[in-house]
Amino acid sequence: MATYEECLKIVRDVLGDQLEPGKTADEKDALVADLGMGSLQMLELVVEIEDLLDISLPLNQLPEIQTVEDFARMLESVSAGSSQ
Amino acid sequence: MSLFDKFAPLSNLRSDLLEHGILPFGVVTEKILSPTEGIVDGRRTILAGTNNYLGLTFAPECVEAARKALSEEGTGTTGSRMANGTYGAHAALERELAEFFDREHALVFTTGFLATMGMVSTLAGRGDVLLIDADSHASIYDGCRLSGAEVIRFRHNDPKDLDKRLGRLGDRSGNTLVVAEGLYSMLGDQAPLQEIVDVKDKHGAILLLDEAHSMGVFGDRGRGLAEAAEVEDRVDFVVGTFSKSLGSVGGFCVSNHPELELVRMAARSYIFTASPTPSVVASTRAALKMISDHPELRDRLWDNSRQLYDTLARAGFQLGPQPGPVVAVFVDDPKRAVSWWHRLLEQGVYVNLVIPPATPSTSCLLRCSISAAHTREQVDRISEAFVSLLPKRQAAGSAV
Repeated sequence: MATYEECLKIVRDVLGDQLEPGKTADEKDALVADLGMGSLQMLELVVEIEDLLDISLPLNQLPEIQTVEDFARMLESVSAGSSQ
Repeated sequence: MSLFDKFAPLSNLRSDLLEHGILPFGVVTEKILSPTEGIVDGRRTILAGTNNYLGLTFAPECVEAARKALSEEGTGTTGSRMANGTYGAHAALERELAEFFDREHALVFTTGFLATMGMVSTLAGRGDVLLIDADSHASIYDGCRLSGAEVIRFRHNDPKDLDKRLGRLGDRSGNTLVVAEGLYSMLGDQAPLQEIVDVKDKHGAILLLDEAHSMGVFGDRGRGLAEAAEVEDRVDFVVGTFSKSLGSVGGFCVSNHPELELVRMAARSYIFTASPTPSVVASTRAALKMISDHPELRDRLWDNSRQLYDTLARAGFQLGPQPGPVVAVFVDDPKRAVSWWHRLLEQGVYVNLVIPPATPSTSCLLRCSISAAHTREQVDRISEAFVSLLPKRQAAGSAV
């Protein structure tokens, strides 16, 4: 089970690899509006993080992810469920 | 803020495309001349984007069967399969499909989309898991939405990723429906079916395979990729369509699971829509017989497909990964893709223009689908039209 802070760090690290050089992802940033993520980039982001945490994120829940924080909170919740 | 604000991006796209003249989406075939030719924009045009793989839309056997049914049974059934819309011919088609696929049960739907969407949304429900290939068709995604099940994607054509994700589900893999397609319609790539069935059996999951683009195309008897991969007995449910190799419209599911009969009483897309018309059922039955009786149609389809794929590959086009009846040409620049699509049409060749997000990558596609009914000369003309798009110095080599 990963804590919120650990999940946030994972999201920011993986995002950092995908964003333009010099750009960073802050907790409150919106993935599309602020960071310019397209749908294919989002898919790649999700798959990479799933592999890192060894979890599968339900597709039905992905539209709820608007910000970096949303993503980290969802990861925290799913990883808690998968470790029970 | 308006109800219609969400259409703004589509409106902009439509305006951009209309600047070039005819709209690539929804091209009007003013007159259809044969399975492979029509009049488009006033010009005699080779149709190379119709999914009419075996070219049966004008087969005399099919046309005559439809004409006879139209005269004898009327223009429509005006009712659902559950109510008054099941005629003797619907039941006969189901028996013939079951026999064709060597399965116990068959169900006929009104379109292929409704068949796939209905089966996915009915087989999986709340508390179940749908594990679908990431590049699945819209009918599968819509079925997922309607199901109420938890939906997880696995990487396209990646049995190792499927294995990993089924493993993560633990005991829940037993109530998981894995969904894959035989031939993927955009790039024309084939599922690694042997590995997929090994993985789903290892975890005790159920597999639904969509053979919409592979029925009539693969296998000694034309039953699809499962037949060609020799895994038919390990595929739980096969869905497909009548609107490609069978040259009509409609859809089906076949299975040995007796529960398929119960789907008749549960699938909303089966219950709440009118059944296929008698003429459609009649031409489909005739076409199904032709698939069995004329294996040479498949040979011709594959000869034509290889001819186009090899020629375009030699010319330096970046293509889908495997030769087959879907030949997808990648074009990175959307403006160039639209321009090329128009130039092909001006030369009398119609193909499909596909732009993201309908494509599995950020590239656009000029997607060709080849038919057994294309002549060698027509395939040559399609190739020549593509090659003419390349700058002369490039025509001999580099990728687009």
